[in-house]
Amino acid sequence: MRPEEATARPSALWVTGSGPHADIVISSRIRLARNLSVTPFPHVLSAEGAEDVVRRVETAFKALQAEGRLKDHTFVRVDQLPPLNRQVLVEKHLISPQHAQEDKPTALITDPEQTVSVMVNEEDHLRIQCLLPGLQLEKAWAMANAMDDALEEKLDFAFGERLGYLTACPTNVGTGLRASVMLHLPALILTNQAARVGHAVVKLGLAIRGLYGEGTEALGNMFQVSNQVTLGQTEEEIIDNLHGVTEQLVSNETNARKFLMSENRSQIEDRVNRAYGTLANARIMSSQEAMQLFSDLRLGVDLDLLHLRRKKTLNELMVVTRPAYLQQLAGGELEPLQRDIRRASLIRETLRLTDLPPTGEPGGDQKTR
Amino acid sequence: MLCQECRKRPAVVRVTMVVNGQKVEMHMCEECARKKSELDFLTDPSLPLQQLLGGLLGHEHAQGAQAGTTEPEKSCPGCGSTYRQFTQLGRLGCSECYTVFGDELRPMVRRIHGSVIHEGKVPARTGGDLKIKKEMTDRRIALQKAVAREDFETAARLRDEIKDLERQVAEGHAAEQGREGR
Repeated sequence: MRPEEATARPSALWVTGSGPHADIVISSRIRLARNLSVTPFPHVLSAEGAEDVVRRVETAFKALQAEGRLKDHTFVRVDQLPPLNRQVLVEKHLISPQHAQEDKPTALITDPEQTVSVMVNEEDHLRIQCLLPGLQLEKAWAMANAMDDALEEKLDFAFGERLGYLTACPTNVGTGLRASVMLHLPALILTNQAARVGHAVVKLGLAIRGLYGEGTEALGNMFQVSNQVTLGQTEEEIIDNLHGVTEQLVSNETNARKFLMSENRSQIEDRVNRAYGTLANARIMSSQEAMQLFSDLRLGVDLDLLHLRRKKTLNELMVVTRPAYLQQLAGGELEPLQRDIRRASLIRETLRLTDLPPTGEPGGDQKTR
Repeated sequence: MLCQECRKRPAVVRVTMVVNGQKVEMHMCEECARKKSELDFLTDPSLPLQQLLGGLLGHEHAQGAQAGTTEPEKSCPGCGSTYRQFTQLGRLGCSECYTVFGDELRPMVRRIHGSVIHEGKVPARTGGDLKIKKEMTDRRIALQKAVAREDFETAARLRDEIKDLERQVAEGHAAEQGREGR
């Protein structure tokens, strides 16, 4: 894979919308924070020091490739990419916003399916991450763990007997592991249960984002749940805990959906079909409005109220209609209005070309497949 | 008036935010206001804890000051960072800082994680005999359990394995180079 392809391909594996509980769990992510021993952490490194870290990681990466490993992976100098391309990497969740803004030497190791990647010189020297569709935390952990093992063969990591992996921020010390899931919980919102469920999740030692604060609605009913504690538990315990809580949330959401379908079917059908109607016809579409309508559409697909030929379409649209990606498709920067117009036309085309119009009569008991 | 965020486009909206418990008002252009309110989904979660950390540390630091420590500030020989810098940034300068500021950090680490002992993965190569030590600990726990359920066959096997591991450590390392202060 050539470096430019890292930004060009929309089809990261998580976009496929497959995997266990994929109707509710959009993706599972594992992130491991690692640092080189002795070397100061990135935020105190000079440009030369940061360059040295990038070189050492690149050398390790090339040594592994020379042994015939990590063959599909590429080493990308993020700091040498134009800002727009960096932003695309952010929207594809390959790098963090902080990493994209860094003016010191930075790099990314990634594969064509964009499942396992490594950020170099983010908050820590190395941030290994694995992103998979559906609820697949164990598999994501296995893949990130394998990448960690491979890199550790060539690089000395900062590790203390008592505190484990030493990280720039003490909130990550120990395992350096942050496991998270992205959940689509529209029915919990519609039935006003989200806050209650959120409190329960926090009590179980997990963090939930997307519930409070501005823009919550506009996020398209997406919530991120992750572990807070990284020290004093094994990786397996952390992942088991998150997995268990996620399954509980999935069952709560499923029950709420059943309730809505039995008590408020007409309203839900109306909502879903209105979303389709707007997406298929609107001429100006902001990214926030799109996210909310995608959420409605997704709910409709999950509840069998309307059918898209490819489930993937929804996740793809979610990526390609983000501001920077849209601009990359357009081949340059766009004014906000131009962007909203282009987003609307991209959505219209995608729905028309790849998907059937919605089927079914309101309130009817259609069993169309 | 120009947008206080990008300082390029004219400000058209007033955005009220709560930052560190303080109400902050900003005048922004439509573009930046939208960005501000758009939570990035799927990116690495920056925990509220990390933001809380500043306050947590400030408190600890203030306590130290009250105790009347007038000695010159300790700095890390590895990176030159001081504890004060850490309280301001919420990030340490290098892995050595964990040793240098161990006493100051321990209560805070306990408060964040509820523990100060790593139980997870040990790197295969860098970990050296830490990996063996961990295997010993795991076996000792298993041994206790085996004894408790009167499974003496397993207990005997585990005891032999622990002895083997102890020998490995003794042979491999005569002198312990404790990288991390007690």
